Amino acid sequence: MNLSETFKVAWEGLALNKVRSFLTTLGVIIGVASVIMMLAVSAGAEAAIAEQINALGANLIIISPMRGVPGAGRTLLYDDVEAIIENVRGIDGVSAEFQTVQDVRGGTGNLSDISVLGVTSDFPGVRDYELSDGRFFTAEENERKLKVAVLGYGIARDLFGEESPIGQQITIGSTKMTVIGMMEEKGMVADVDYDGRVYIPITVMYQKFNPTRIGSDRVRTIYVKAESKEAMDSVINQITVLLAERHDVDPAQPDFNIQTQQDIISTQEATTEAFRNLLAWVAGVSLVVGGIGIMNIMLVSVTERTREIGLRQALGARPRDVLLQFLIEAVTLSLVGGLVGVLVGVGGAELLGRLGDMRTAIVPASVPLAFGAAAAVGIFFGYYPATKAAQLDPIEALRRE
Amino acid sequence: MNENGNLIETHGLTRIYGSGDATVRALDGVDLQVKRGEFVAVMGPSGSGKSTLMNILGCLDRPTAGQYILEGEDVSRLSRDELARVRNRKIGFVFQSYNLLPRLSAVKNVMLPLLYNSDEHLAKEERYERAIAALESVGLGDRVHHRPNEMSGGQQQRVAIARALVNRPAIILADEPTGNLDTRSSIEIMDLLHQLHRDGATIVMVTHDPDIAAHAQRVICVRDGKIESDGHDATGPCLERGRYDESE
Ligand SMILES: Nc1ncnc2c1ncn2[C@@H]1O[C@H](COP(=O)(O)OP(=O)(O)OP(=O)(O)O)[C@@H](O)[C@H]1O
Ligand SMILES: [Mg+2]
Repeated sequence: MNLSETFKVAWEGLALNKVRSFLTTLGVIIGVASVIMMLAVSAGAEAAIAEQINALGANLIIISPMRGVPGAGRTLLYDDVEAIIENVRGIDGVSAEFQTVQDVRGGTGNLSDISVLGVTSDFPGVRDYELSDGRFFTAEENERKLKVAVLGYGIARDLFGEESPIGQQITIGSTKMTVIGMMEEKGMVADVDYDGRVYIPITVMYQKFNPTRIGSDRVRTIYVKAESKEAMDSVINQITVLLAERHDVDPAQPDFNIQTQQDIISTQEATTEAFRNLLAWVAGVSLVVGGIGIMNIMLVSVTERTREIGLRQALGARPRDVLLQFLIEAVTLSLVGGLVGVLVGVGGAELLGRLGDMRTAIVPASVPLAFGAAAAVGIFFGYYPATKAAQLDPIEALRRE
Repeated sequence: MNENGNLIETHGLTRIYGSGDATVRALDGVDLQVKRGEFVAVMGPSGSGKSTLMNILGCLDRPTAGQYILEGEDVSRLSRDELARVRNRKIGFVFQSYNLLPRLSAVKNVMLPLLYNSDEHLAKEERYERAIAALESVGLGDRVHHRPNEMSGGQQQRVAIARALVNRPAIILADEPTGNLDTRSSIEIMDLLHQLHRDGATIVMVTHDPDIAAHAQRVICVRDGKIESDGHDATGPCLERGRYDESE
């Protein structure tokens, strides 16, 4: 008996009990559907994270004070930024950032608790963040501590409505400033509302808003844009050596922390992976439960069809023919469950992405994976009942009613 | 086949069921020869070992001791796989209770043995045609797509006989083929078996009915696992004692 005939016999066997067969595959359906949905959910989450991090700017290196080191909050200085610009090769720009919260007035608005960022002139280039109106301040303007401001898109709208904010006067805290530019709309990226911020020269920030003027001017974060992906490692090395020397620390135990987007992605991935592991566990459990369901129903089927097995043996079926028949019946059962599960999973992931605020991305490889898992479940859990069938004694089987 | 022309030859065929104190000697040293083209009836009281003998002759069971030679081949010690092949190619078994698969049509039931015939590698169309031919030969050419529950007992047994014939076996073994049938259907089945015999088939058939046994060339009487008598005129004595035993 060849394989396609065996499949046909198996199919006819299953068709005998359509409802029962369907109910049996429910576990596999749920298992397979959850495999697909879960992979889609975590792939969607990853894609969203990657996209957000990319939005920070390409080839970005982020330098911040090392947390947990005593006094480290004061170690990264504005002089370091200038030293990096002068000494490190292979960079496209450097932006230092220091942030405070101030009230902002101007036009028709009076906004309180607004994020005001002191940055350097490279900020738009380093962060891949364009202006929609006016211009950004220059390095010279920064050096001369000119009181100019660039508004985030949302702030500009809040203060001046549809009017152009360029040339308007605003008051930040108690300092009057002239608006020279407006950033493009960017929205929330990685939990930061870029549109709700005001950007001013960092020198002005130090002069007007630095609350604790101890020693030199300190910097919260330095963003360095490398020329290319390939230049990243060299730039990181140069910065590490340079800053370690300036800070008089061992480069192996720096008082600063250098991160790349990839590091951030990895951190995020670790979080999604924990989630994914949980989901994989759920999927695994339902596949095992589904498998036990198949085993159970196949055992019932072998018992019910003992006489048929005896007859087939009497007509010349070898033990392996019987084994194959019931094994293929179990695999057919699990594959049908797998097929329905794939459909349910793809549909469910699609629906979840559309209805919920969760992002999903169906992983193509998850479809063969899920099918493979279903088939494996069928073979594994179908083997024992099939062996039982194959080992039946023809006479005893024929005598059974 | 072999030098003395016996299709079936058994030597000291013994089958013991159970173990320890609870053993039953269902067959106790049976020596039997069946020649090609013979029509043999097996009679004997209930529990005498007729079915046990038929099951061993049909390669469904193996003897505890003794030898069974079918077409010159000793089949008493074959493996399960080899026995399955012998059953498929050389034996056509007819059961008292027909044993048709209820969900399959007549023709599909008849095709079953061909499905397990791995020697001939028959294409699907060929199998179908051979099954149809077998059904026609038992007079059911007009019932090929009927299911068992759409047929009378006699018709079902004829489907079973067609199934036994379809692989062109060396011998047809029938264990009480008319046991479930009324008189008229029994006569039909016996006529069919006669027809097959006239066409050259070798048949061994178990029956309780002396009228039916009377159709056979040769009657073997089994009692307590032994052959008590064997010959043309065995019907008389076998029958009388058989009847007496059964009325106990
Ligand atoms: N599987 C078995 N286990 C134990 N004893 C068995 C088994 N099968 C048959 N026997 C015993 O073997 C003996 C012969 O049984 P068998 O079925 O061959 O009789 P039979 O001649 O066919 O009877 P009947 O005319 O009622 O069909 C009986 O005593 C029976 O109880
Ligand atoms: Mg019997």
